[in-house]
Parts: sequence; C-alpha cells; structure tokens
Amino acid sequence: MKEKLRIKNISLTMTIVLFLVMFIFGSVRYDHFFSLSTFLNLFNDNAYLMIAGIGITFVLITGGIDISISSTIAFTGVFMAYSLQRGIPSYVVIPMALIIGIVVGAVQGSLIHYFRLQPFIVTLAGQFLMRGLCVVISEASIPITDPFFKFMALGRIQIKLGDSKALNGKIYYYVLIFVAVLLIGLYVLKKTPFGRAVYAIGGNEQSAQLMGLNVARTKIGAYIISSFCASLAGVVFSFYTLAGYGLQNMGMELDAISSAVIGGTLLTGGVGSVFGTAVGAMIQGIIQTIVTYENLNTWWTKVTIAGLLCFFIVVQRIIAVRAESMKGKELAAA
Amino acid sequence: MSGQTKLLTMKGISKSFGKAVIALDNVQFELEAGEIHALLGENGAGKSTLIKVLTGVEERDEGEVLLEGKKIHPKSTNEAQQVGISTVYQEVNLCPNLSVAENIYIGRAPKTKMGAIDWAAMSRDAAKLLEKFDLKLDVNKRLDNYSVAIQQMVAIARASDIKAKVLILDEPTSSLSKVEVDKLFEIMRRLKAEGMGIIFVTHFLDQVYEVTDRITVLRNGNYVGTYKTSDLPRMELVSKMIGKDYAVLNQSLKEGQAEKEGTKTGDELVSMKGVSHQGSISGMDLTISKGEVLGLSGLLGSGRSETARVLFGIDQVTDGELCIGGEKVHLKHPIDAIRKDIAFCPENRKTEGIIGDLSIRDNMALALQAKKGLFKKISKKEAQKIADEYIEKLEIKTPDADQLIKNLSGGNQQKVILARWLATNPQLLMLDEPTRGIDIGTKAEIQKIVIDLAAQGMAVLFISSELDEELRCCRRIVVLKDMEKAGEVVGDNISEGAVMQIMAGGEK
Repeated sequence: MKEKLRIKNISLTMTIVLFLVMFIFGSVRYDHFFSLSTFLNLFNDNAYLMIAGIGITFVLITGGIDISISSTIAFTGVFMAYSLQRGIPSYVVIPMALIIGIVVGAVQGSLIHYFRLQPFIVTLAGQFLMRGLCVVISEASIPITDPFFKFMALGRIQIKLGDSKALNGKIYYYVLIFVAVLLIGLYVLKKTPFGRAVYAIGGNEQSAQLMGLNVARTKIGAYIISSFCASLAGVVFSFYTLAGYGLQNMGMELDAISSAVIGGTLLTGGVGSVFGTAVGAMIQGIIQTIVTYENLNTWWTKVTIAGLLCFFIVVQRIIAVRAESMKGKELAAA
Repeated sequence: MSGQTKLLTMKGISKSFGKAVIALDNVQFELEAGEIHALLGENGAGKSTLIKVLTGVEERDEGEVLLEGKKIHPKSTNEAQQVGISTVYQEVNLCPNLSVAENIYIGRAPKTKMGAIDWAAMSRDAAKLLEKFDLKLDVNKRLDNYSVAIQQMVAIARASDIKAKVLILDEPTSSLSKVEVDKLFEIMRRLKAEGMGIIFVTHFLDQVYEVTDRITVLRNGNYVGTYKTSDLPRMELVSKMIGKDYAVLNQSLKEGQAEKEGTKTGDELVSMKGVSHQGSISGMDLTISKGEVLGLSGLLGSGRSETARVLFGIDQVTDGELCIGGEKVHLKHPIDAIRKDIAFCPENRKTEGIIGDLSIRDNMALALQAKKGLFKKISKKEAQKIADEYIEKLEIKTPDADQLIKNLSGGNQQKVILARWLATNPQLLMLDEPTRGIDIGTKAEIQKIVIDLAAQGMAVLFISSELDEELRCCRRIVVLKDMEKAGEVVGDNISEGAVMQIMAGGEK
C-alpha cells in the first residue's frame, strides 16, 4: 500500500516551501535581500519568539492553551532589570527569573488539571497577574547595564561562507540558546515517555488516563515548560533590548500561537512539532522583513499573517476531510 | 477447586453515588485462572460500576478484593495494571493520533541504552505481537487509519501484552463483525489456555453460550448468583437478569396487542402528500390515524429520522402538503409542532434528549414549559405533581424526583423523556429508537406503554431499527428506502420477511 502523507507532514512541508518561496520572492524583488545575513537576522530578531513558541507548542499539543506567556516575558524583563538595578548579580537574577517561570507554570497547570478549569481563563488570569505585577514594579522602562547582559547583547559569531558580501553574516550568542531549546524540545517530544504522553493526552485524554499514563504530571509539566520557555524568552528578549519594560510584548502570545499553527500544530491537540513552530516563527519574521523592504506600515505584517492563518487552517481542514474520505474508500475496498 | 486459591475474589462490594443511588449492594464475584467468566445484567444492574471498582476508576465504599489471595486496592487504572488487571472498554480507548505500535507500547516503551525511546524496537515488537493475532498492519501508521474493529483488536493486543493475570473485556464485540468476533473468541480461548482469567461483559447471549465457562448475574446492584454456563438454560438466564418471569412479560404484551386489535383506529390525524425537504426526504406520502401505532422501518439512512424531523418542524417542508387534523400547516420551527400537540423523542438520548445536570422533575417539565411559553412559569408544585405522577405511571426507578437524570440508567432516562412529552398531552407522539441500549425488561415495558397510549387514542409514530420490536407494536408499517416511501405492510401481512423484502427493493 502506498504510504499516505500525514497531515502534519503536509502542513510542515507546505510551511517550509512557503518560507522558501517568500525568500526567493524577496531576493528577486529587492537588491541586497538575498544574503546570509538576511537569513541569520531572522534568528537574531526572532529568537525570543521562537523559544516562547516552542514552549507553548507543548501546551497546544495537549489540547490546551497558554495566553499568559507574553506577560511572563515582560515580567521576567522588568524583574531582572529592577533586581540588577538594585545591585543583585546577574548569576542570581537569571536563575530566579527562570524559577519564577516554573512556579507560574506549575500553579496554572495545577489549577487547570485538578480543578478542571478552562485553560483559557486560568492563563488569562495569569496574564493579568503578571502584567499587573510588571507595572507595580515599575511603570517606566528600566535600562540594563549589567556587563554580562551587555556581553550577551553584543557578543556574536561571524559566519563567512565565501568572499562575496552576500555570503557573510553574524549570529548573536543568544541565538544558541534557541538552538539548544529547539534540540531539547525535539528530543523530549520524540524520544521520552513524557513527550509521547503529551501527544497521547492531546489525542484523547480519557484514553491516556485509561492506558495508565500519568495525565496530571504530563499536563502540569506541559504548562511548566510553556512558562519556563516564556521566562527564558524573557531573558533572551532582555539581551536583545537591554531593558525591562512592563508594557513590552503585548499580544505576543498570539504571535507564538500563530507560529505554531502555521507550523502545523492543531489547536484541537494531538498533532504538532516544535520544528514546525520555529519555521512558523521564521515565516512571520520574513513577512516582517519584506514589509520593511517594501516601506509599508508594519501593520501590514499582521494583515498578511491573518491571510496566511486562514489559508493554513482551511488547508488543514481540507486535508483532514480528504484523509477521512480516503479511509472510507480503503475500507470499502478491503 | 475449593482448596485452591482463587485468582480473583471480590466480597461484599458496595458503592453508592450520592446518598440515594445505590449502584452496588454487597456484591460478590469470583474468577478462576484459565476461565472465561461472563458478567451479565441489564442496564443499571451494576456491571460497569463493578468493573470500575475493580480497575480503580471508582473507589468502593465497602468490601474487599483479593488477587491470588492478596488484598489489593487499586486507586487508578495504572495501579490496577501494575498488579495485573487489564481492561478493554466498549469504546476504543486508544489515541487516534498515535501510531499502532505506540498505542500498544505507550507508557512502557522499549528504551535504548541512552534512555531514549527505541522506535525501531517498538515497531518490531508490535509487529511480532500482532502476528500472534493474525493482524498484518503497518504498525507505523496512525491508528485512525484503521477501522474501529481493528482498533479494538489493537486494544486487546495491548491489554493482553501487559503482564495481565485478569483481562476484562467490557462489551468489546459491539463494533465487531461476525468474523472478527470469531477471531476475538479464538484469542480469548488462547489466553485462557495460557492461564489468564477473563471477565467478559456483553449483551449478546449467543456469545455468552459460545465462549464462557461460568456466568455471574447482577440485578439492580445486587448479586443474583453464579452459574455454570452449560447448566443454565437460556430462558432461565433471561428471567434471572430481568427478575421477572419472561413468559409472563410476553403474555401481558400480547394481551395489550389483542386489546389494541379490538379498538378501531380513529380519524386521520396526519397526512403527508408528496412532502419533500431539500437534501432529505422526497415525495413522502404518509398518514397516521388517532389510536394507531405506525411503524417506520428502513435501513440506516433511509429517511426514518428525517421524516420525523420534518413532522416536528426541524426541517421545513419544501414541496408537497402536510395536514394535521385536516388542516394544512406549515411548521417552521419545533415550537410550532409542539403547539400542534406533536411530541418527539429523538434518537440520541444523551446528546439530544436528556440534560444530565438537571433533576428528573426539571427534565420532565421542559417540554410543557416550552409549550406554555417562557412567561407562564410552571410552579415547582405543579412540576412535582407531574413528576410524581409519571414516576409512578411509568415505574421509573428512582428514590425521588430530585435525582439528577444522569444518575439514572439508560432505560429510566428514556422513561423520563417519554414523560416529558406525555406531560404536554400530545396528539401525535414520535419515538425515534426509543429502546436502543436499553435492557430487555425495560424495553418490553416501554413497548407496552406505547401500545397502551395508542389504545387511549394517541397517534404514535414508532421508529426502530429492530424489526421484531416494530412487528410487536405496530399494526401498520411503512417501509422507507433511499429517502422515499418504498412500501407499506398492514395487519396480517406484517412479517419480518415482507418488511425486509421491501427494504431490499423487492416491491415498489
């Protein structure tokens, strides 16, 4: 029997092809667009979004949602900037910020699982709480002058693939954090019992329970990963901006969710990949770049992404429906 | 055998939900190694609760469970699995989005030396295991690529592979074809020969006699007895399950029918002339008279429920003429139908009928309230009166009208829905599969109620996919085929053969 393409594979392939098409489109249309540095800048500018997106992908695969991550990112930035300003060293501040992320995730996950609350409402409360705390700490933007942060903000690796200027580029050190998160994410989802349980719960939570999987641990774990990645994204975002500001990144959780959807994750749960989410974030990045080259209002980015999202979910639905009808035919043939 | 340690012993098990609903009352159960033991009982007898208590899904209130002489008290399915109790449920409890192999091994997947999941080994093991079951599947494909029957087999493969001593099969055959059932029985016998104890829950008595060694019967949460299958005649088993003498039950039904034959059917109440609804029924001619039970028969998708939907105003008449009581009507919405004294009990009790979190009383008052309009509130006293009346009339088994309807068994839920519509005092009562998933005893009771209602002058449209049920209740059966009326059988001509011949297209 011919191997059927799976839904997630088709989505992912489409996403990658779309990315290439956009890159070629930009290269043909604009001078200087085609270069290694354009490509690498997608990572430099979107590393924090990709990290947060990878985290939220775990939650989305379980069939849940986490809209608190943008506030967690902002809170991490403000908390670190404020603490550094008070003279607490960076090697204490960063771990504390990450621990706060873990605690936020654990509390949200526990409320959702043990009290059977809607993930949307619980994480909405989380969003308000973290955003509120940001402004309680400081209404104004706090600059970061800590040497380690400066080092991470400016430190970069030159990459030279040839003599031509187009084959030169650089990545900042903090992009390596994204690479590490991506690799760990891939490994956990594919190769560990925890990762597989995440998929099982998204497929059918009751079945997962009856098959003897630890649903509580897995679900709460997914929310912890989401919040932890958000605070890690907050750390990376501080490297990127060298400041902490409470109103930063409003609505950015939706960018992360749309990255995941464009990357083939189903919001109904059970299907998705962190690699897809990363590519989804890069597509958003490249749209942003093209909009800049085109000298358009940056809100055109949102307009384009809106169109893309509609396109992707419709295509996913069509594929799912066709797969269903093919299954029927197969049965009839058997 | 008495000297030997039993594989599984359950003693004095009691379990109640809330204060009033007693699901199990001092029930016992025994299972030997190398035995297939049927657990039988009607809906609401307590089979599923007993299984849930055994597998740790529900906590028991009292009693003890011994596995190989040792006390066990599993608090979750996981714990039950670890001590060796494995379960396959009626609905396939696997994950459709995972591969076949993973569905068998998730939670206990083989690992590489590095501690990562070894996918290659998992696929190999899965293929080898399924070979024992004569299943040749691509184990790397998603489970939802395969039919429900195959998914059920995969579930059984998983359950038997977990080092199980006790395997519980909870109505595993309801989605299987005859060939697949035979296959399953072969596997069960093989597992039995390997020394596994199998608890087999089913509704199909043929299967009980084909494959089981012993039978334990429960009724209304009580233990009735345990018997050797070969020593228990079928009729006796049925009467033990329903707690009444089956012959007597059948007799009373026949009397009702005879009575009904005596009464002459009255005036024509409903007449459909060439009624069509775009995308569903077309050119339907149908009449229903007062005091008549009209059967509507046909295969799945032949337009049975669709006809009822049009009569109830859910789907509008796009062509043709619909008269009720001699007057041409245009039903735009169910409320129009309700105001014309039409009542409809839909097919899907759980999703379209009951509102689980409301009490019996509130569920019964719903249709009457809708008929009266929202501004004329039915007082609690009135509602209570209605509830008490029908609980008594229809013999609904509940301590009081305050019980949440979701706590009742399927048969009793159906009676509450029936009461809901009877409270509106309808001229036409439409019942779509009123006895599906209901035990034999309650089935007969509902059939009797239907016949009685018609005898009192009500017109009843009776839709059922069980032919013998229609034959028993109706004096006239309209047979549908492909969204059209294919024929009609009346009176003495009614027979299973006649109806089936029309269904198959033998008569136009």
